[in-house]
Amino acid sequence: MSRPGDPQLDACAVDVRSLLERSVANLYSHLVTRPTGRAVRLAIESQLEEFRTPALSLVDLSSVAILDYSCADEVIAKLLLRSSGWGGGVFFVLRGVQEHHRDPIQAVLERHDLAVVAETASDHFELMGSGSDGERKLWLRLEQLGWVKASEVGRLLEEAGAQKHLEVLIERHLLFQHPLQGDLHALSTLIQRRV
Amino acid sequence: MRVIPVPTSLDYRTIDRLIEAAVDLADSKVLFDAHRLRWIDPVGMIGLLSVGKVLADRSGFLPSLKLPEGGELLSYLARMGFGEAAREVFDGGVPILRRTGGSSDVMLELTPVQQNQDVHEVVERVHDRAGAILSRTLRYPPAAVVQFSVILSEVCQNILEHAEAPGWVAAQTYFWKKRLGREVLVIGVGDVGRGFRGSLEGEYSGRFADRWGDATALEAAFIHGLTRFPDQGRGQGIQQIRKQVRRWDGAISIRSGTAQIADVPDWEDLPPLEDGLVPFPGAQITIILPARLEEEVE
Repeated sequence: MSRPGDPQLDACAVDVRSLLERSVANLYSHLVTRPTGRAVRLAIESQLEEFRTPALSLVDLSSVAILDYSCADEVIAKLLLRSSGWGGGVFFVLRGVQEHHRDPIQAVLERHDLAVVAETASDHFELMGSGSDGERKLWLRLEQLGWVKASEVGRLLEEAGAQKHLEVLIERHLLFQHPLQGDLHALSTLIQRRV
Repeated sequence: MRVIPVPTSLDYRTIDRLIEAAVDLADSKVLFDAHRLRWIDPVGMIGLLSVGKVLADRSGFLPSLKLPEGGELLSYLARMGFGEAAREVFDGGVPILRRTGGSSDVMLELTPVQQNQDVHEVVERVHDRAGAILSRTLRYPPAAVVQFSVILSEVCQNILEHAEAPGWVAAQTYFWKKRLGREVLVIGVGDVGRGFRGSLEGEYSGRFADRWGDATALEAAFIHGLTRFPDQGRGQGIQQIRKQVRRWDGAISIRSGTAQIADVPDWEDLPPLEDGLVPFPGAQITIILPARLEEEVE
């Protein structure tokens, strides 16, 4: 279901467990070790090559029981580091992030000074990784609003430093700004509409 | 034939006695006399295999191993899978230690780590059986099984990434009646590869100049998270293991070359850093996780 002004983003959902079984070996059920992480990331990147950019990619961890630091680094951190590398960029959202995934994900994001939007409970999205309080506050505001028309963006930016925070969030692909209309879209809203 | 007496108790505290006894032997057939062995933990088992492997590589002769004839220790070694690993290192004189079925009391049998697939198998095996041991024996919360599996995965990858030689891992719980008055889980991981100094030398020896050695290499990796890989994401495995071990009030030590570094709680008295030990190749990692006290359990 889309509405006027929705960006034309290609979107795909990647079930990491199923990708792990298909691309590495169907004997492996846990996301551990660097070579395994590398194989899973390459499989995700290969899927993304088929999409027009900008694209939205939902990386689903809900079936992953064990995620170690090496694998989190190979899959999540490296995907994010390359998110600008695909033409108009890829916007990643993690789905199914459970309590036992938090430590590895948070550690690798902080190590690389990265952040990602993550669905940590049904319809509950949060910003994981590094970022200033101002950026988090602005992201949360946009997350609550879902969609802000270009003409109304100024209202969000009344606090000191907010313009800079917005630029950082856009640059880090933590929200989407329509390239022509200038509207702002929370990634969670785009996910609900596209995937 | 040279005879090396194996201490009657072989664990992370006594393994250096075995290394010292074997260090100078290079060109003769050796017998490890363990017939008086009464106690051995995963660190002792991996240490015995490692010393045997080093002597075999140096001399070209497979060493012999004399174990006690029968008894509880032999049956315990069989349950821990020592027989299979020992046959790769020692000559045919090792008694056949067949693994008995239903070894559910063993946390992780002695397992060779040579490739990525071995790490997956370790994690699968531990994930299936660790829950009961961690929750009932150590009183850890249910989530600990995942954190424990992650520790094992990272520590085994240390062998693959840095040793460039095969290694072993094993884990078992014991009741430390005298020392601690509670159950502990002992994890041993070891290899006879190039060690931390060898792994980091190309990248960091110049920076440390004449201070460079096994101790500085261990400090660089253990405390500062340095690694030979230029990738910024590397080197965090040991840091995260240390963090988790500390949360569980556990101890971790790494011996490599002539040095040993440790991160220990109040109940353990290993020094934080030791240098000038008898040189030994590779890295030997010991992790000890104590049971939670009654008052710590929510």
